[in-house]
Amino acid sequence: MSVTELTYRQAIARAIADEMEIDDRVLLFGEDVGAAGGVFKATEGLQERFGPARVLDTPISEQAIVGCAIGASLRGLRPVIEIMFADFAGVCFDQLANELAKYRYMTNGQVTVPVTVRLANGAGGGFGAQHSQSVENWFLNVPGLTILTPATPGDAYALLRAAIRDVNPVLYLEHKGLYNLTGPVSDADLDVIGRASVVREGSDITLVASQLMRHRALEAAELLAAENVSAEVIDPRTMVPFDYETVRSSITKTNNLICVQECSPGGSWGATLIATLAGDSLELFDAPPLLVGGDNTPIPYSGALEAAWLPSPERIVDAVRRTLAY
Amino acid sequence: MAAERTAATRRVVEKTKSDERGLELLAKMLEIRGVEDEVQRMFTQGLVRGTTHLCQGQEAVAVGVCATLKQGDSMTCTYRGHGAVLAMGAQADAVFGEIMGKAKGLCGGKGGSMHLTDVAVGAYGAFAIVGAHLPITVGLAFASRYLGDDGVSVCFFGDGTTNIGAFHEALNLASLWKTPAIFVCENNLYGEYSPLRTTTPIERLADRAASYGMPGVVVDGNDVFAVIDTAEEAVARARAGEGPTLIEALTYRQVGHSRSDPAKYRPPGELEEWLARDPIVLLERKLAEDVTDPARIAELKEQVRQAVLEALERAKSWPDPELDARFANVLA
Ligand SMILES: Cc1ncc(C[n+]2csc(CCOP(=O)(O)OP(=O)(O)O)c2C)c(N)n1
Ligand SMILES: [Mg+2]
Repeated sequence: MSVTELTYRQAIARAIADEMEIDDRVLLFGEDVGAAGGVFKATEGLQERFGPARVLDTPISEQAIVGCAIGASLRGLRPVIEIMFADFAGVCFDQLANELAKYRYMTNGQVTVPVTVRLANGAGGGFGAQHSQSVENWFLNVPGLTILTPATPGDAYALLRAAIRDVNPVLYLEHKGLYNLTGPVSDADLDVIGRASVVREGSDITLVASQLMRHRALEAAELLAAENVSAEVIDPRTMVPFDYETVRSSITKTNNLICVQECSPGGSWGATLIATLAGDSLELFDAPPLLVGGDNTPIPYSGALEAAWLPSPERIVDAVRRTLAY
Repeated sequence: MAAERTAATRRVVEKTKSDERGLELLAKMLEIRGVEDEVQRMFTQGLVRGTTHLCQGQEAVAVGVCATLKQGDSMTCTYRGHGAVLAMGAQADAVFGEIMGKAKGLCGGKGGSMHLTDVAVGAYGAFAIVGAHLPITVGLAFASRYLGDDGVSVCFFGDGTTNIGAFHEALNLASLWKTPAIFVCENNLYGEYSPLRTTTPIERLADRAASYGMPGVVVDGNDVFAVIDTAEEAVARARAGEGPTLIEALTYRQVGHSRSDPAKYRPPGELEEWLARDPIVLLERKLAEDVTDPARIAELKEQVRQAVLEALERAKSWPDPELDARFANVLA
């Protein structure tokens, strides 16, 4: 495949199609993913192309969707399933946290569970508190799950293909606010799990930001450039296993760190990143590392309130100024 | 004359066959009873960590159902699943070893009493979250259809489990997709310490099958031959692509729910009634009614007892896992 321009949404459908094309064991199921092409249209055309035996609509049964995928994977199939809004992970939390994640360990490796769970993450669309949360942090404390958070069409494509090929369970979080984003997609490098990407080089401060926040961090970096501040922006792309090394080597150069995340601070990946680097690399820091995140509240509905809840480029810039003035 | 002789010969052959089969079933049930009795003793001796859930009194369900399976079929069960895993053919020493957390236990000591798994014999796992394995069974069964083999997937669970959401989701999807799944509800009248009638507004759990458009069958779970007949029908249906069945097997756990539960919540006389209908006693009686030589039964009992004790001694002699083993198999 040469480099193609696709939307983030198209990149997802394309990744699933390309894996289904080369591997009969890959199948897709979830609520309205087939005939309707998904509520976010991220699986459009797949049922027409691969047939209803491989692209199946399910009842509204998140526990059964995850459990059925686990069982099918035990027999060597490679199910890709959709949980629609990521918040719905709450109703199948047991299947994800206790069954999917622990199954291989409890049986001492008698089973492998190659399930890919797609969930639509994220705020900004006015969906209210129960359809907007970024849920990666719910699962950080569950060893056994690989967690992916693509922010561009290219990463969405490569990470999803890698997830489907992975023999381990993967949570693949799509950001609802990015579905229409366009960008280059290629299959040249599919070895992307666990690798952060430096998306803008800089020398004064390191901004680590994922999904929607990666794009806002880039906007912030532009604003900072006008003030002669050079910000490096890193997108972790994978939450678990986290690429600490790329962040560490960036801080070796910038000596300053801000994590920007779309979730409240407690028990979050940003908090873990800061704690880890403070623990093993404190001498690298010129100023205390900061965490810029959503407020410590559920996500509000009103456009004004939700915009205030989400970290803005201006809030990021402000945090950078404070850090550099330390 | 010739026809008569043929019929007589056939009767003898069938008799011997059922005799041999009966003894085989008895041996398996005795093995499970023996293992469970030993685990109970081990628990009081401090050889079992945490908790353990035993199935004395329920052996005929697992043995009867698993006797109808063949290679390539799969089974999932619960924390009360030692019997089901043994019925699939797991080795008793590896079962004991796992329960004691030994390196050579079924799961290398990482699973324990509630998670006995032996994929090599089709025992795909024992689950300790009530109801969690029902959807997983649907997936195992679905895979057989997807792959085009004729495998079936059996799932054992308790009466209390019919009240959890995963039961509903699993049976609904299993039936919708006509998966070759067999749901075996072991109705032992209690969920933990609560009698069924205090948690469940209906008495016949098999009735729930109707709302999923699948057959619901009630069987005497202490009569191993009745269990076999019922399971055979469900298995045949599943293999023929006609979809799942819910079997409600009426049985009784003769011991407490877990650990050292004295089961004070039982009404007087209930245990005695069920002990009189002990599945092993019933099978022995049936075999004795037929032609089986009582001496053979006695001999079998002694053989099984010895084998169980030897398996236990072997497992006790095994070392604990290497400490580094705890890091293995988080991921493949
Ligand atoms: C989701 C969940 N809730 C509660 C428990 C605690 N618990 C363990 S066994 C049990 C009773 C289950 O009863 P039943 O399904 O009848 O099975 P039985 O133990 O009688 O075999 C309960 C409530 C659990 N393990 N999982
Ligand atoms: Mg019960």
